[in-house]
Amino acid sequence: MVAMAPGDAADGGWAAVTPEHGSSLEPEECSMEPSAMPEEEMPPSVAPSPAGCQLFGYVGIEAVLDQMKIKTMKTGFEFNIMVVGQSGLGKSTMVNTLFKSKVSRKASQPSQEERIPKTVQLQSVTHVIEEKGVKMKLTVTDTPGFGDQINNENCWDPIIKYINEQYERYLREEILITRKRKIPDTRVHGCVYFIPPTGHWLRPLDLEFMRRLSKIVNVVPVIAKADTLTLEERAEFKQQIQADLKTHAISVYPQEDFDQDPDDRVLNDRIREKIPFAVVGADQEHQVNGKRVLGRKTKWGIIEVENPAHCEFPLLRDLLIRSHLQDLKDITHNVHYESYRVRRLNESNRPALSPLNGLPGKAEGSSDL
Amino acid sequence: MCELQLGEGCRTVPLSGHVGFDSLPDQLVNKSVNHGFCFNILCVGETGLGKSTLMDTLFNTKFEGDPASHSQPGVQLKSNTYDLQESNVNLKLTIVSTVGFGDQINKEDSYKPIVEFIDAQFEAYLQEELKIKRVLHNYHDTRIHACLYFIAPTGHSLKSLDLVTMKKLDSKVNIIPIIAKSDAISKSELTKFKIKITSELVSNGVQIYQFPTDDESVAEINGTMNAHLPFAVVGSTEELKIGNKMMKARQYPWGTVQVENEAHCDFVKLREMLIRVNMEDLREQTHTRHYELYRRCKLEEMGFKDTDPDSKPFSLQETYEAKRNEFLGELQKKEEAMRQMFVQRVKEKEAELKEAEKELHEKFDRLKKLHQDEKKKLEDKKKSLDDEVNAFKQRKTAAELLQSQAQQAGGSQTLKRDKERKK
Repeated sequence: MVAMAPGDAADGGWAAVTPEHGSSLEPEECSMEPSAMPEEEMPPSVAPSPAGCQLFGYVGIEAVLDQMKIKTMKTGFEFNIMVVGQSGLGKSTMVNTLFKSKVSRKASQPSQEERIPKTVQLQSVTHVIEEKGVKMKLTVTDTPGFGDQINNENCWDPIIKYINEQYERYLREEILITRKRKIPDTRVHGCVYFIPPTGHWLRPLDLEFMRRLSKIVNVVPVIAKADTLTLEERAEFKQQIQADLKTHAISVYPQEDFDQDPDDRVLNDRIREKIPFAVVGADQEHQVNGKRVLGRKTKWGIIEVENPAHCEFPLLRDLLIRSHLQDLKDITHNVHYESYRVRRLNESNRPALSPLNGLPGKAEGSSDL
Repeated sequence: MCELQLGEGCRTVPLSGHVGFDSLPDQLVNKSVNHGFCFNILCVGETGLGKSTLMDTLFNTKFEGDPASHSQPGVQLKSNTYDLQESNVNLKLTIVSTVGFGDQINKEDSYKPIVEFIDAQFEAYLQEELKIKRVLHNYHDTRIHACLYFIAPTGHSLKSLDLVTMKKLDSKVNIIPIIAKSDAISKSELTKFKIKITSELVSNGVQIYQFPTDDESVAEINGTMNAHLPFAVVGSTEELKIGNKMMKARQYPWGTVQVENEAHCDFVKLREMLIRVNMEDLREQTHTRHYELYRRCKLEEMGFKDTDPDSKPFSLQETYEAKRNEFLGELQKKEEAMRQMFVQRVKEKEAELKEAEKELHEKFDRLKKLHQDEKKKLEDKKKSLDDEVNAFKQRKTAAELLQSQAQQAGGSQTLKRDKERKK
């Protein structure tokens, strides 16, 4: 996974594709797309060919990358994020800070009185945000009431049910004979779990929840309201959490099993060392050194949200949005959705007879449809 | 043009700062680059039209393979996969060529192997998609993304073989017709030829691939290119020195045809359209249009249908079960029928054999009787012969006796009798 800084994508990638390439009769002088490709142009006599054929000149295959970019820009993206945690941990503020706009549930229902609901409810709000031509349909699912009752047993059930319902919806669409061109994707791509900053260890509720949910969705744990912990306390808390997660065999995002190649592994290892991120959310701007920054103003100073020395919000934002957003979606689609599908198809199968040999013309082997 | 489906309560919210998800297309592209691309081209055309040469020229490389002969008994498809790499893009290119197309005397079934091949690729993908434990994201996609149909440069019109084949293929694959070996046609003939071909295709309802014109950045160039279809191409891998540059060309006594000169042939246009501008669109059309059509037809044929919304999910599952039971029932019935037939046949055979046996017995009896008759006759004869022999013997002995008697007393008597007679 190459972590792209936002600046790179903005320029260069959108140079008009065709006129540049179309008029080139000399392969040597053709200039290739600058930003996304790290390599220089190939002289015609030397072309790397690991197992295949040698190219004697510039063909233009890499233009397919631009075509793909244009296509995805046109269709837009969908991203569904869920925030889970007790009330008062700053979930809505965090989401607003992440996406620099009022996308949380509170923002869309300003007049509602804030009451702790009796059971866990799930509320989703959808917004369309656009940046530099890239349109994203963002759905934020909030879980007010989670962990707020006196008896919190099975408070994760509504959440698990909701997540599975989204998978079910997608599966039904996929199985239709006449399918839509683009199946609407409401599956939860990432679940941000807010850990209260106790400074000791994970509570049983946290462990139970993360254990169950990390099996069906990407869970990103964060330490909420981290401005109450000093740096040492923070480091200790993190280590304790990491040890706890390891003891209980909870695999949070980025999961080790899904690292695709050594580069990914190195990158993800660095992230895994820092998990869970200690974050602070703020939606008010203050003046610091002549600049306007997002932060929380207290009597003893201003906590700058985007300052890596103060809190790890930039890391969380980079992980979720700038570098691993597509990865979150891919793992949801290729791993979690597929395992849901396998479970679902197998359970419809059990009342049937023992698997016979496939009928002629149907898939053999693992297809027990 | 935004294709996002905006539900209710969905509004656009302005951003108050830089969030950073504009790197999303790059993330997606990087993932795809790591994953690699695959592209499959099918070349349909008669033997000797320059299919392999054109592929070599298009991808600037030498693919392996020898030219085919004209004596193939039927149409076959030859498929080769190559790994090409350009800067950091890995392309798994599969080139499928027809071998022996148009060489037979009876060409009625020439299109069938091609259609079967295309269907087989769709089928393989469908099977993978229907599996319970599937690995779709690592699946090597072998579906044909583009079909280059090579038209012989007669200069007049399409052959009926071409029309029939293209009609059969147009709903299964993106067809891009090209005029092969177009250095055999002069410019004026070429324009007439192109017009004739396009009108014939339209009047026969053949849907060839139109380059997409809905996206502004490529609409203009695609629009102009659409008007140049079918492309008249010349392929050559030989490089000749022209002026002071080496370029691909074909040399004739009367001049040199430069492959990459747009005034000489449309090769550059083809390369632009096929690779540099529309490769992704070709793949998408194959997946969203042709494959979905195939899948729909195939599933409907198998008996599945989308039931009404309030029925249980996975009607696929239940229909399958029902079909399976139905099929088993049929199987059993067939087995019964076969068993009956078998018993019947055995009976008939038995009867036949019995008949034969009976006949055999009769024959045996007849022969035996005959034999006995003969034997009896012979015995009778023998008996009569014996009787005769006995009688003869008796007479012989009697005669001898008489003779001896007569000799004794009859000498004088005979004399006396004789004297008396003489007197």
